[in-house]
Amino acid sequence: MNFVEINNISKSYGSHKALLETSFSVKKGELFGVIGPDGAGKTTLFRILTTLLLADSGSARISEYDIFKDYKKIRQIVGYMPGRFSLYQDLTVEENLAFFATIFGTTIKENYELIKDIYVQIEPFKDRQAGKLSGGMKQKLALSCALIHKPEILILDEPTTGVDAVSRKEFWDLLRKFKNMGITIIVSTPYMDEASLCDRVSLMQEGKIMQINTPDNIINNYKPILFEIHSNNMHDLLIKLRKYHNNSNVFLFGQTVHYSSINEINKDDLKMYLKNNGHANVEINVCTPTIEDCFLWLMNQNN
Amino acid sequence: MKKFIGFVKKEYYHIIRDPRTLFVLIAMPIAQILLFGYVITNEIKNASIGILDHSNDEITKQISSKILSSGYFKLDASINSEQEIHEAFRKGKIKEVIVFEPHFSEKLKKEGTAKIQIIADASDPNIANLLTNYTEAIIRNYSNSITTQNTQISLITPEVRMLYNSELKGAYLFVPGIIAMLLMLISALMTSISITREKELGTMEVLLASPLNPFTVIAGKVTPYLMLSFIDACLILLTGYFVFNVPVNGSIILLLAECLLFIFMALSLGILISTATKSQQAAMLISLVALMLPTILLSGFIFPVENMPLILQYLCKIMPPKYFINIVRTIMLKGGNLSTLWSDTLILAGMSIFFILVSVRKYKIRLE
Repeated sequence: MNFVEINNISKSYGSHKALLETSFSVKKGELFGVIGPDGAGKTTLFRILTTLLLADSGSARISEYDIFKDYKKIRQIVGYMPGRFSLYQDLTVEENLAFFATIFGTTIKENYELIKDIYVQIEPFKDRQAGKLSGGMKQKLALSCALIHKPEILILDEPTTGVDAVSRKEFWDLLRKFKNMGITIIVSTPYMDEASLCDRVSLMQEGKIMQINTPDNIINNYKPILFEIHSNNMHDLLIKLRKYHNNSNVFLFGQTVHYSSINEINKDDLKMYLKNNGHANVEINVCTPTIEDCFLWLMNQNN
Repeated sequence: MKKFIGFVKKEYYHIIRDPRTLFVLIAMPIAQILLFGYVITNEIKNASIGILDHSNDEITKQISSKILSSGYFKLDASINSEQEIHEAFRKGKIKEVIVFEPHFSEKLKKEGTAKIQIIADASDPNIANLLTNYTEAIIRNYSNSITTQNTQISLITPEVRMLYNSELKGAYLFVPGIIAMLLMLISALMTSISITREKELGTMEVLLASPLNPFTVIAGKVTPYLMLSFIDACLILLTGYFVFNVPVNGSIILLLAECLLFIFMALSLGILISTATKSQQAAMLISLVALMLPTILLSGFIFPVENMPLILQYLCKIMPPKYFINIVRTIMLKGGNLSTLWSDTLILAGMSIFFILVSVRKYKIRLE
């Protein structure tokens, strides 16, 4: 049986539709990623799951509890970390942790084993006020606070946004660890490169889920040939490539341009076209797509 | 219960980690009471007056010296002609001029009557009224003393006694008012701000997602401020007693219990405000405008309720401070006890229960 089941959840704010008939399910002990840019509806979805918002239609359950009827039960078993840092800035690290332990009716001591791995990292600062911690430390403290009552499921809203690369990696290592302890985790992120760290991901865009699959399968499902193109004038290259074919996907990717199209593209024809358009020194290679390529491709198809 | 204590502890940290606010909360009552005590006073002392004596005889001199030795007045400029009167008033140097008619004592002896004109600067009507009343009283006193010497006609003389505040001290009036005002301000304002701050900072989101029930949150918010406001109430009473000699004639325990009741009422009002507002600024504005102004104007603190238009009198009836100020005055000055105050106390208690019920009901268990 799936641990989390979401069926056709919709939510709108006035005329703006934040979520459109969203459905997915998460298995027990799974690390499930919700990937999408700002405004995709990730926060709204998480707030509905954590019983903070009511959906306009649809239903959902976590474990055997309905998110509407059994909201009190859900609040007991969920560890939630909102997108904005939501601890008390004027309380110290230890006071924050003790407070969240108390309101869940437990103590730091009781569940110390669970948070030990994170807590040793923030312990040197335990007398520092939370507002004075670095971004990465803040997120680790927030994660400890969300874990302190030994939740069955963690719901983390963009925990790595605004955090440096090293801390991001450490944070994901921790999530892996908790997953291995049997805690189900639903995590959202705007960073496409983090998708490969999840068991399964759902790609979200404008309130709709475009695809749900394992990261590998999402890449395998990518049909067109992807070209990696480099030229001296990158800006002009973008313009020329956009004119080459209708229904193609062109975007800057680091030092190169990624190009794909639903039409059959011949590499030599493409090179010829670019040469005729003032790009003598082009380098064209076929490359394997990343999640970002898949996301942008799907996005383009939907539009 | 453990959750409640944990919550109170957290609130306590918030309060002591913000020493500036704490200082304001402790220093404000003392500063306010000293300000009201020394600046806003209805008593007259050493008002500057002028005397225009057309007669300048023994009796006018006697009357003048009586007036000037009363302690209420001091002679500022001796005025020599009618024209100078206007000049002096316009310059704002003097508040009142006393004019004796020519041949004052001759007329008094021959005709049995003589005239004194009192001219007052009524740009401040209250002061003008007070000054003329004082002057009239002194002159009446003098005229009584000379008539009883000369004639045997017995006059009806009313003898006035001012009960409960025989010296008509202003402090007796404003100490109860300031208690009401400050308790209202601190309790309602601080709780409404501290709850809306959690909404603004996003910590409310985590609290809502936790199994804390609304009642624990509200009780946990209220308790620290209840204690803080109670300390303030004691500070005001002590300052009133030691600096302005305002006595507590009734039971001090009853007085403190009534203070607690009023604080509780104001706190529940603060919570009610915070359930209806999203930002600290909105909460502050509502607390100040919707609570402070009625507390000062519509409670009988400064202006007597009985003199207001009927519609405002009805409005006063729904203002909690009106009942509280009456209770405090009765206990402090008249030494009243619960047998005379039970109805006011019941009304306050009823209002508290009403506000707390509405706020628990209105407290949102989800984000809006």
